[in-house]
Amino acid sequence: MITVLKAEPFTSIQDQGRFGYQAWGLPVSGAMDRYACTAANFLVGNEKEQAVVEMTGSGGSFKFDQKTFVSICGADMQARIDERKIETWSSFFVPAGGVLHFGKALKGYRTYLAVQGGIDVPLVMGSRSTYTRAALGGFEGRCLLPGDVLYMGKPTGRKDAQMISREALPLYEEAISLRVLRAMPTAVFGKTIATDFFAEKYTIAEDSDRVSYVLNGPEISLSEQTDIISMAVPQGAIQITSSGRPSIVASDHGTIRGFGRIGYVIQADLPKLAQASPGTRLSFTEITETDAVAIWREQRETLIALV
Amino acid sequence: MQSEQKDIQLITAGETGLVVEFGQEISPKINASVHQFSQALRKSMPDGIVELVPTYCAVTIYYDPLILSRERLMEFVWIRVKEMEFFAKKETKKNVVHIPVCYGGVLGPDIEYVAKYTGLSVQEIIYRHTEKPYQVYMLGFTPGFPYLGDVQESLFVPRQKKPRLRVPVGSVGIGGGQTGFYPSESPGEWWLIGRTPVRAFDPAIQNPFLLTAGDFVQFFPVDMDMYFSIRREVLAHTYVCQCEEVSIR
Repeated sequence: MITVLKAEPFTSIQDQGRFGYQAWGLPVSGAMDRYACTAANFLVGNEKEQAVVEMTGSGGSFKFDQKTFVSICGADMQARIDERKIETWSSFFVPAGGVLHFGKALKGYRTYLAVQGGIDVPLVMGSRSTYTRAALGGFEGRCLLPGDVLYMGKPTGRKDAQMISREALPLYEEAISLRVLRAMPTAVFGKTIATDFFAEKYTIAEDSDRVSYVLNGPEISLSEQTDIISMAVPQGAIQITSSGRPSIVASDHGTIRGFGRIGYVIQADLPKLAQASPGTRLSFTEITETDAVAIWREQRETLIALV
Repeated sequence: MQSEQKDIQLITAGETGLVVEFGQEISPKINASVHQFSQALRKSMPDGIVELVPTYCAVTIYYDPLILSRERLMEFVWIRVKEMEFFAKKETKKNVVHIPVCYGGVLGPDIEYVAKYTGLSVQEIIYRHTEKPYQVYMLGFTPGFPYLGDVQESLFVPRQKKPRLRVPVGSVGIGGGQTGFYPSESPGEWWLIGRTPVRAFDPAIQNPFLLTAGDFVQFFPVDMDMYFSIRREVLAHTYVCQCEEVSIR
């Protein structure tokens, strides 16, 4: 049993997401950084699908009533057990009665706390992810609050306490470059607008959330009508609103949208984007689809090696 | 059937998305092809397809390129398109879902405004709003929210300039040539002409969604007593909306 002593805004239970209902307008939700979420699960011997705690910007404090095998992956939130400092991207035991504290994220933006056996909240429509806008899934459909009590599932695997391998450790930087597959003509603007976009630099805006990453920077001047007939929009899609402001679709974004699109951030770079704190500088480069798939395969193989 | 196939375009949407586009306008005919195609696809899907999202003019296929390559998926899509054209000549069945609505009064506070704007009586608005079923073009905006087609012209009112920040669950609205109802509390720009006691999204039950894109919605008027009686049944999970299969050529 885990008691939440302190929880910063937007600390929620997430897993890989709720698939199969986008045709009915229900977003996938799930961990914003699936790489760190999966790694955290693998480090404690869990299946990839098990539920974890996602913390945003800064973390909370969690009291464990019994000795528990846990892991932390993602942003460095200065984790410590009582006064002992804990390395991020590692698994370890919290002693009975121990309190795991998190502070402000120093590098990166989102941290995942996994426990052996996974966080035991009910499966709702095939997932344990929290979708707060519909008060669905997770812990009572909402973010965690002090006083909430979480339970753990039965352990499905065993692992020893360890650090993640150096090859599997991502780097979080203050300026990142995201690789993009350009949208095909019917769903986009004229060539000049897309070219303008790729030449510019942006930063992540403060009002970014689990719905979308809002970008600060030069607005794209729209000389033409760019809205399209509403259609499905995946995570990673770079949209331009009618006012010319670009944003990128995140986990809790609505399933369909009629904004014109410049392109799609590749799957393998979505974790990097999820770790970009407000103010992080972004630039965008084009990539081929073959390369995007190859990079994603490599990333998934790196994760599987952690099992 | 070459000509029909020419209208269909395959568009990439990132390395995990393929859009099958049936046209570039919002029309009942194009949307019917969208749903016919996604139903055909749903019947047997190759491994690697994650989910399908039908919208006004297109079906977006989300897939895992490490399991199913884009080339193989595209081959599969073209085969299904050809089959679909072959079967298009046959009759298809449409699912019509009957949805009770209590019009006017406190549950439909804007009906008087709509009456004034259109020059119709309240009775006439109710009659016209329930005259024929509406095609569910797609679901989205909020979970289970139906985008319905084709409100008759005499019922046209522009949308409200300032959206209501909180539209009550079940509100039936009209505006900008569109109509629909709200499955969950949300902001909204439509004029509210009534309210339905049924829930379009209820995660607590086996089939959480009342409607599927491609269905048809037939509204029918109920009085306030009936509204509350149905509402009690809905809360007890005992109310089932009447559905009928209608043959459409």
